[in-house]
Amino acid sequence: MAIALSEQQLTKIRAHIEAHKTMPGALLPLLHAIQDDIGWISEEVYLPISKALALSVAELHGVVTFYHHFRRHPAGKHVLQICRAESCQAMGSEKLEAHIKSTLGIDYHETTKDGAITLEPIYCLGNCACSPAVMMGDEVYGRMDATKVAELISEARVT
Amino acid sequence: MIKVYVPRDSSALSLGADRTAKAIAAEAAKRGIKIELIRNGSRGLFWLEPFVEIETAKGRMAYAPVQPKDVASLFDADFLHGGTHTLNLGLTENIEWLKKQQRLTFARVGITDPVSLDDYLAHDGYKGLKNALKLTGAEIVKVVTDSGLRGRGGAAFPTGIKWNTVLGCKSEQKYIVCNADEGDSGTYSDRMIMEDDPFVLIEGMTIAGIAVGATQGYIYLRSEYPHALKTLNEAIMKAEKAGYLGEKICGTTHTFKLEVRRAAGAYICGEETSLLESLEGRRGQVRFKPPLPAIEGLFGKPTVVNNVISLATVPIILDKGAQFYADYGIGRSRGTLPIQLAGNLKQTGLVELAFGATLRELLYDFGGGSATGKPIRAVQVGGPLGAFLPESQFDTPLDYEEFSKIWAVLGHGGIVVFDDTVDMAKMARYAFEFCAIESCGKCTPCRIGSTRGVEVIDKITASKASGKDHEKNIQLVRDLSDTMFNGSLCALGGMTPYPVLSAINHFGEDFGLENKGLEKIKEVAA
Repeated sequence: MAIALSEQQLTKIRAHIEAHKTMPGALLPLLHAIQDDIGWISEEVYLPISKALALSVAELHGVVTFYHHFRRHPAGKHVLQICRAESCQAMGSEKLEAHIKSTLGIDYHETTKDGAITLEPIYCLGNCACSPAVMMGDEVYGRMDATKVAELISEARVT
Repeated sequence: MIKVYVPRDSSALSLGADRTAKAIAAEAAKRGIKIELIRNGSRGLFWLEPFVEIETAKGRMAYAPVQPKDVASLFDADFLHGGTHTLNLGLTENIEWLKKQQRLTFARVGITDPVSLDDYLAHDGYKGLKNALKLTGAEIVKVVTDSGLRGRGGAAFPTGIKWNTVLGCKSEQKYIVCNADEGDSGTYSDRMIMEDDPFVLIEGMTIAGIAVGATQGYIYLRSEYPHALKTLNEAIMKAEKAGYLGEKICGTTHTFKLEVRRAAGAYICGEETSLLESLEGRRGQVRFKPPLPAIEGLFGKPTVVNNVISLATVPIILDKGAQFYADYGIGRSRGTLPIQLAGNLKQTGLVELAFGATLRELLYDFGGGSATGKPIRAVQVGGPLGAFLPESQFDTPLDYEEFSKIWAVLGHGGIVVFDDTVDMAKMARYAFEFCAIESCGKCTPCRIGSTRGVEVIDKITASKASGKDHEKNIQLVRDLSDTMFNGSLCALGGMTPYPVLSAINHFGEDFGLENKGLEKIKEVAA
């Protein structure tokens, strides 16, 4: 199911391309700018980027798919990332992970039916002194348990 | 006006420091008391965050951990004048946990306002650069070489030697690249430097640029650190404005420009050649070496690639001298290591110590034992590619060579602790799984071997009871590890055998084996 970008989004994307095209090593900063603004990287942007940066569409697709951070589909309103790395495992993150998945009724890389939460795994948030850790949007939360995560989720659902 | 400090470090924020700061400001306003609220870095006592301090005539007084619900009672107890309260920990400088440390790289962390250049200057900031500006490039490089500083990212390559190679290259353009893709789990010292004392990294990179003749620097920052991004950008802007970055640095002819580039969530980009590929706008695939990045690095130009801690340690070396730094440490591990205590410990946090302390001191004297109160069974040192150590190895001193003798690594100084509920077969499986998720795909042993590894560990777990093909499968993991160890270009495939084999060798009972001890490790290492 392809989601078409609106004319307004395309205009914004063209402006980002224009702003980045002379920058050395422009591709990652450009993709970040697009994802920060639009929320994801649509294949529709490949052609204009390939022209501006003199890259093939295949190369672009290779880059977009290489990095975990870039999403090729729109996410829910909030992205909840659960740390799966060792320090969090040592503090019971596996149970928390299973609990969150069953409460939300989704697996990793999926979005709740109401479109509120997208669940993603992450491998270290640098909050290992306060494990287990999760990230909601740009904010990190430490020493999490089922109750605290439930609070975070319900707060997110109303904002 | 009374100064109140509430940390802005993201681990402190993760435990509610913003809410605490707001509650203190609101309570002060309600009571008509004027306070100056400073958002400092974290002292690194993370089990006590939010860690609030008050400036008193005697020094900074600590109250911790402070939640919004505690704020009214703190005001009632007159904490603004050091009043008695159950959360009062006395003067911060007298806290044993801090007193026992040797903070050189982290000298200012937790004390200053991270984005105040004035505060930085008032606490010995830019003294290293001032000295460096009086020296030639070769002289600066010599100071760094003589200090014995080795790459703190994990590879422990002598920093001065790397710089010297770049210095010796003739090129119209050279680069300083800071590897801030701190992906190793259990590590957060880079993040703390960038969030809690960003100017020290900027100063270190500037000195590196002047030393080797590079005019452009990049900080390649992991995308999981949005707070560090904001802090670094704010600090860079302030340094530029004050003439510490850009053209004519401090009125000299030197130019050094600095830019933060965001990574995009690929662990492999912490490997220096993948990082360079990524900075150039490509998939982060490992490059063959040679050519060394020092000779042909970013955009094909001579490039210094150093970890955050290595670069952030340069200013104090240039300020206090090579000998001052080299006087700390043991053997060939000179200076200090910022150690990060993580996982299942009562007292997790940042401990900077001269090399030579034992793991046991860190786990029990600093860490206070496990958080769950159960015995500590396994400790992983040096991130996801580091070996798991059993209790019998806890007396190993923290020293690059001593760790290498027991087929383990110090890496970036992260220590992750597990209690006796850990299933080491699961940890070995996870090590392979992580390698499979993060492999860049260039080398077959890493790309395919990691997935085959997961499958064989599953077979071993399934055959633990029946014993069917058990020995054969264990041997298969050893052979596979040997292929990955010897047949991968970089540390991801090459070091995944460390957690896997150390788990099998030291915790064989979890794999349905008698514990065979160290003999097997030596076999593989040889």
